[in-house]
Amino acid sequence: MLEFTAPLFLSLQKATGLNFSPFFDEYDFGRLMTGLQTSLLLIVCVLVLSLVVGLLGAAAQRSRSRLLRFLVAAYIAVFRNTPPVVQLLFFYFGLGAFTPQIDMGGWYEPMISAFGWAVIALGIFGGSYNVEIFRAGIEAVPKTTSEATEALGFTPLQTFIHVTLPLALRFSLPSLASNLISLAKTTSIAYVIAVPEMTYALSGVWNDRLNVGEMMTLLFVYYIAVVAIIGAVMGQLERRLAVPGLGK
Amino acid sequence: MIKMKTLAATALLACSSLFATAPAFAQNSNAEILTTVLERGVLRVGVLGAFRPWAFRAEDGSLQGIEVDLAKRVADSLGVEVELVEITSANRIQFLEQKRIDLIIGGMYDTADRREVVGIIEPGYWASGPSLMAREGAISSWEDVAGKPICAKQGVIYNQLIETRFGARLMAFGGNTEGKEALRSGKCVAWFYDDSSIAADLASGDWAGFEMPVDALFVNPWAAAVPIAEKDGAFGKVLSGLVYGWHEDGTLIDLQAEYDLQETAWLAQMHEDLEYDRSFLGE
Repeated sequence: MLEFTAPLFLSLQKATGLNFSPFFDEYDFGRLMTGLQTSLLLIVCVLVLSLVVGLLGAAAQRSRSRLLRFLVAAYIAVFRNTPPVVQLLFFYFGLGAFTPQIDMGGWYEPMISAFGWAVIALGIFGGSYNVEIFRAGIEAVPKTTSEATEALGFTPLQTFIHVTLPLALRFSLPSLASNLISLAKTTSIAYVIAVPEMTYALSGVWNDRLNVGEMMTLLFVYYIAVVAIIGAVMGQLERRLAVPGLGK
Repeated sequence: MIKMKTLAATALLACSSLFATAPAFAQNSNAEILTTVLERGVLRVGVLGAFRPWAFRAEDGSLQGIEVDLAKRVADSLGVEVELVEITSANRIQFLEQKRIDLIIGGMYDTADRREVVGIIEPGYWASGPSLMAREGAISSWEDVAGKPICAKQGVIYNQLIETRFGARLMAFGGNTEGKEALRSGKCVAWFYDDSSIAADLASGDWAGFEMPVDALFVNPWAAAVPIAEKDGAFGKVLSGLVYGWHEDGTLIDLQAEYDLQETAWLAQMHEDLEYDRSFLGE
């Protein structure tokens, strides 16, 4: 990879002074690749966890147990009303101090890595929004629809699984898309707990090379690409799942 | 409606007046800093805010420390007030380039890369080198760090070294406090930072059960820095002279003692090398 890019970017530097070192320096290239892998994996894990948390939370909100409903409400209030970076630091330094350590043969490592804590903290943060998004979707399904299924002899659970949920998911998609995009962008704060994702990797490069402008541009382009991909996938999903006449 | 129009016009006027000041800034940027500072009556010095005992927030919230004292000495010599601007090792060079500060006195290593972008003032006013703080017995040599997670601070110039030379897994945090907290809570095996800072931590008594098990990899001077165009201008020359004086008259050695720091061979050597031979005066 470097053999192809190095001559181009070295001559770019010579001609314009623009220093895109990850494309000609082996060490910086390694950092960029680690950053890319970690960042993409982090985004996927966080989005998946936030969806799972969102679905479980929305289901729990409909529970008959008042305690469970209260707990979900409290969870949403706490995680939507505190900054994600504070939550991340709280999980990593606060809770992280109490997690067990694994013996690595003479030295110890915490059971949950910085990456693990980033997934947990950001997944739970994003999930708190998803709960409300799914709830809104469920509430948007017209009462008359469930009355109709009742007339057809569906049990409440059957109605929920076969009728309400599929329609609710469709109603949720637009807000879900914007929340997932926002969450993907928020993963960049994982650099505060030294998760080697893109922001961390590129700030490492610009600290060493002093090519701040170039690396910020690269970071900017990277996040635009990621957001464009998530947006495209969600848009595609919305079109695929569209029910003629629904929501009109 | 008329009101709206007036409001819009006022806002527009306010904005355009902001832009109108831009050329004035541009003109200023061509002038030498020394003239600007003397006219302004204020010297803006970038110092680190969490770098005990060089520059740190005291209990009353004020910035104190060796570098703060040095910044005040520079301002006193110029006969102006000092304005301390808190910087980090990650943003200080940008602050200087953007002319938000006139001078950096912020624990900055003198390196070849930096000499290309900022005006490094010679001689350096302090020196230190990368070392490790670890739990007693955890590390016995530099080779011990291979494959292990090592905490560090983002933006430190030698971070790359411990990965490339010794194969450690670097975890760099935004600040010293976070990095050292990560060591304390067992997230890494050692804290990789300056020997002078580690020595100060160990001497503070907050780090019982920890040690500095290895010698510094090298000794690197810390330099004050001015914008690169000013290095050979009046401002750079004045600063160079001041730092020379601090070595010559023992100011730096006195500060070292005042802040209860271990004596370093480098400061003693600099004092000896730069001390002016006054024997011809019969002293």
